[in-house]
Amino acid sequence: MPVIDLANPTRFLTLVNRVLPWLVAATFILFAVGLFYAMNAPDDYQQGATVKIMYLHVPAAWLGMFGWGLMSIAALGTLVWRHPLADVAGKAAAPIGAAFTFICLVTGSLWGRPTWGTYWVWDARLTSMLVLFLLYLGVLALYWTAEEPGRGARAAAILSLVGAVNLPIIKFSVDWWNTLHQPASVFRMGGSTIAPALLTPLLIMALAFTLLFVTLHFAIIRNEILRRRVRSMRLMQASELAEAT
Amino acid sequence: MNLGPHAEFIVAAYVVTVCVVAALIAWVILDYSAQQRMLGDLEDRGVTRRSQRKG
Repeated sequence: MPVIDLANPTRFLTLVNRVLPWLVAATFILFAVGLFYAMNAPDDYQQGATVKIMYLHVPAAWLGMFGWGLMSIAALGTLVWRHPLADVAGKAAAPIGAAFTFICLVTGSLWGRPTWGTYWVWDARLTSMLVLFLLYLGVLALYWTAEEPGRGARAAAILSLVGAVNLPIIKFSVDWWNTLHQPASVFRMGGSTIAPALLTPLLIMALAFTLLFVTLHFAIIRNEILRRRVRSMRLMQASELAEAT
Repeated sequence: MNLGPHAEFIVAAYVVTVCVVAALIAWVILDYSAQQRMLGDLEDRGVTRRSQRKG
């Protein structure tokens, strides 16, 4: 099947129904392996066992940002090509991205209390991440309160593109400002500063969370396509009833 | 496995993550069932999509 055919919702549904069971199985296996490695990884020499929060916090932060990046690309598809599947893909990414950003904020606070001595500081990294979460809530409100899906989609697409400005701010906030949050330690010039015994479970957990994101994204896209079918069938039924009377 | 003096923070982080992910998965599954049920009801009443109509 050529890739362009997947832009057709019916063909996309066929693909989702075929790959979803495999994605679910792969996600379960990766989480089992990742959690095994994470629970058996050595403690950090300074932070002790609290470093185990890293295996949740870091993938959640990456995927919170990834979700908004995906929504921004989908927004281009909505605004430039007006493709309905682009809107569906953007709308489907919003609740997952919001959930991961929430997990990032909560686990970060729970990690910060024993490490920094506080749950929260208004430093640039934490604040920009909170702004991302609020932006997610804004997009969800636009999608869920719009009476006509097309109008909600355009407003959400514009907000997605405007909010994309926040992504480089989050990424480089630890370089541009003096923050309590540590600078990048995994993907950086000169290689990772994390010991391989801690880095390996982190990367496996990141892969597991990414697969979970993809699995949920496909499942929510399927739900959204079905929801739009129900809506169009109801509208058709209503117009036929109006014509008959 | 010894989680040290800050075990409650580690356990809380994992519990919150499991709860959020479980809620998301439950919502997706329930929403899928609801959409399937509504589509089935409409099809039982003879309502079809424009693309499924012949002629």
